[in-house]
Amino acid sequence: MTGLLIKIYRFLLIVIILVAGVAIERTGLVELLSDPYERQVIVELFWQHLYIVLVSISIATIAGLTVGIVFTRQRFRKYAGVCMYIVGLGQTIPSLAVLALAMSFLGIGLKPAIFALTIYSVLPVARNTLAGITAVPAELIEAGKGMGMPPLRILLEVELPNAMKVILVGFRVALVINIGTAALSYLIGAGGLGDLIFTGISLMQTEKLLAGAIPITLLALVADFLCELLSVALVSKGLRLSD
Amino acid sequence: MITYDAVTKIFGTGREAVTALDNVSFNIPDGEIVVFLGPSGCGKTTMLRLTNRLETITRGNILIGDLNIRDTDPVELRQRLGYVIQAIGLFPNKTIAENIATVPKLLGWDKQRISERIDELLEMTNLEPEMYRDRYPAELSGGQQQRVGVARGLAADPEILLMDEPFGAIDPINREQIQNEFLRLQAKLKKTIAFVSHDIHEAIKMGDRIALFYKGRLVQYDVPEVILTQPKNKFVADFVGADRALKVLGIMQVKDTINRKPKNIINGSDRTQDALKFLDEKGFRYGIVVERGKPIGSVTQKILKYEECLVRDVVEPYPLLLKERTSLRDVLSFMLMYDAVTFCVVDENGSFAGTVSYNDIQRVVRESYADEAESNGDEET
Amino acid sequence: MFLYWEHIWIVGLALLIASVIGVPLGIYITGHDQVATRVLNSATVLMTIPSIALFGLMLPILALFNMGLGKVPAVIALVLYSQLPIIRNTYTAIKNVPPELVDAAKGMGMDRWKLLREVEIPLAIPVIIAGLRTAAVMNIGIAAIAVYIGSGGLGVYIEQGIARVYPEMILSGAILVSLLAIIVDGLMALLERMATPAGIKLQRTLAR
Repeated sequence: MTGLLIKIYRFLLIVIILVAGVAIERTGLVELLSDPYERQVIVELFWQHLYIVLVSISIATIAGLTVGIVFTRQRFRKYAGVCMYIVGLGQTIPSLAVLALAMSFLGIGLKPAIFALTIYSVLPVARNTLAGITAVPAELIEAGKGMGMPPLRILLEVELPNAMKVILVGFRVALVINIGTAALSYLIGAGGLGDLIFTGISLMQTEKLLAGAIPITLLALVADFLCELLSVALVSKGLRLSD
Repeated sequence: MITYDAVTKIFGTGREAVTALDNVSFNIPDGEIVVFLGPSGCGKTTMLRLTNRLETITRGNILIGDLNIRDTDPVELRQRLGYVIQAIGLFPNKTIAENIATVPKLLGWDKQRISERIDELLEMTNLEPEMYRDRYPAELSGGQQQRVGVARGLAADPEILLMDEPFGAIDPINREQIQNEFLRLQAKLKKTIAFVSHDIHEAIKMGDRIALFYKGRLVQYDVPEVILTQPKNKFVADFVGADRALKVLGIMQVKDTINRKPKNIINGSDRTQDALKFLDEKGFRYGIVVERGKPIGSVTQKILKYEECLVRDVVEPYPLLLKERTSLRDVLSFMLMYDAVTFCVVDENGSFAGTVSYNDIQRVVRESYADEAESNGDEET
Repeated sequence: MFLYWEHIWIVGLALLIASVIGVPLGIYITGHDQVATRVLNSATVLMTIPSIALFGLMLPILALFNMGLGKVPAVIALVLYSQLPIIRNTYTAIKNVPPELVDAAKGMGMDRWKLLREVEIPLAIPVIIAGLRTAAVMNIGIAAIAVYIGSGGLGVYIEQGIARVYPEMILSGAILVSLLAIIVDGLMALLERMATPAGIKLQRTLAR
């Protein structure tokens, strides 16, 4: 029975790909792509999109890590719960609104977009850093302290490595959402692949829509996959043994 | 030497203050294992943690050698002391080698020296370096992990080791083995060790001295024999257990009470009737039969009476032979198991060395408790 | 206020359909590990696709049925999006039922169905609801974006606010959506707590 289901699954997959291929051809996407001018525009928008993503996620990661680390330090531990809750509330504001509000205060263009995306991406990283470090078994820290490891060493050699898996999951979530949300930055004048998508929708030009939607999807999938690799690279072998 | 001088530790303030330790003073001599023993909450772990400043002392002083630990940087202090905990606490993200190298790296040893030290320590703790260096803690059993924990504590060759129920998380069978290994190691290394335990058996086995704590006070501090035979008060007597006579026997060995020249020795080549006459004249109910210097069994007058042959043909063999280092407790156990009152002792070559009888054991216990019996009178059971 | 209801309607419908598909599927795959990997992978891929891209992809497909714009693509996209949290939480919840309990139940003679009904599902409900909660909050936020494919809802305020450069409108839209998200999150947290069997609550408090 299981074997049968898997066969059906594989079959469906192939069918979907074929149908998609045909459908895409019929929408005129291939024609669009064969036009060098259009191609250039798409590539430019892609780089723009990538730029927005990379800058905002970098800042967000640094900020998120810092927040997560700070709130696991002895002194600030009691504020952790409250702080996380407040930041969490911030996440309930729809991404669109965050971008739009940034526009209201910072005008249009790249800067408000990057600003908004950075803020939006901080939470997953911060929350997971906090959770990851908190989950490090207390006896490890106790052992480290008792052996005479200075607090910085404990952070770098014990807490962070053991929390890395969870932190990377947070990073991955933040990154993927970031890529998707960056598409909306078109609406506040920052360009990116969202340009193609929204123009495609308003003008009912499916090929434009797909020219935007497919790269962005591919970007997200590739980023997700790269995060897998990152996880293998950064998480100590000793911790992955139980997987 | 570690000196504890009027050490007091109070947690919390005002009405919620808890006095964990109250004016405790004693010394740990160099090269000895002192077990901090007591029920949960008695303060023994706090005592240990004050020593490496994981807790801060409220009043009093702790000196390591001549140095007051208050005057040392806590981090530096801890690097000088070895610390082994119950939960083991091996860093799962590091290999065994990296774990052990932790303190040496902090102290700035060079790579070569660290590497050699790692191999040395792994061998000392019976873990083959080739096999275990690059493994991760998750791949090791509990007993193996704790051996690494001990190795890690010894890594920088500290003079002093602090151990907090280090073998508590290991199953009883492995625990005994690792305790024995540790004692062998200590015989070679002669470290000064503070060892926290709640188990009286472990304390007796491991400790050169025992510091017994109760509700934050040091109740009795002495060698195990004295604590067992001269408990200071009811608490100590109850804590060591009503079977403390047996426990004392556990510390004593055959060589403490062996009778090296028993008088009722018969040769296996003697004739039965001659042997019978010999036993009768001397008034012995039974005789120990020895041949070519090795004991082969025993005979009673009853066995010899109706036989006309050599003693060796009718001898009843001993169920087992004791070594000089066998504990008297085990001897008592054998006596009960085999329903015998006398056993022969042999040396490494199997040659007859003497006998131990039930009377000998009784005598030895009576002598240890002689003082106590006088001071306490009949008090229990 | 009509917009509020519109929004709730879209999200609610999507959640309902998503649960009806997702929860049984999640339960089913606990028994079939190989299918489980593939299903979870597919769901992960679905969620990785950026929301507007998914909305966008719905359009040409549904245009064939003349349902291109409006609520239909929005709801369908939201359903697809919610699959991962719902399926994964359901799967994990049932898988995490302590094996000793499963053993004990089987030993008492329970068959597969009874086991599910009386042991596994009751214990799994809190985590399943947690999954629904995640999906709900996620959907409320994403549905705001769906305004661009004509689905209405509170996103209208934001969209209009951007178009007319009217910050107050954006703000009100944002606050309304956030409020909805917070309220729903709170309600579902309550639901989660109510659904946790008393025995487990006790276990948790004692563990602290």
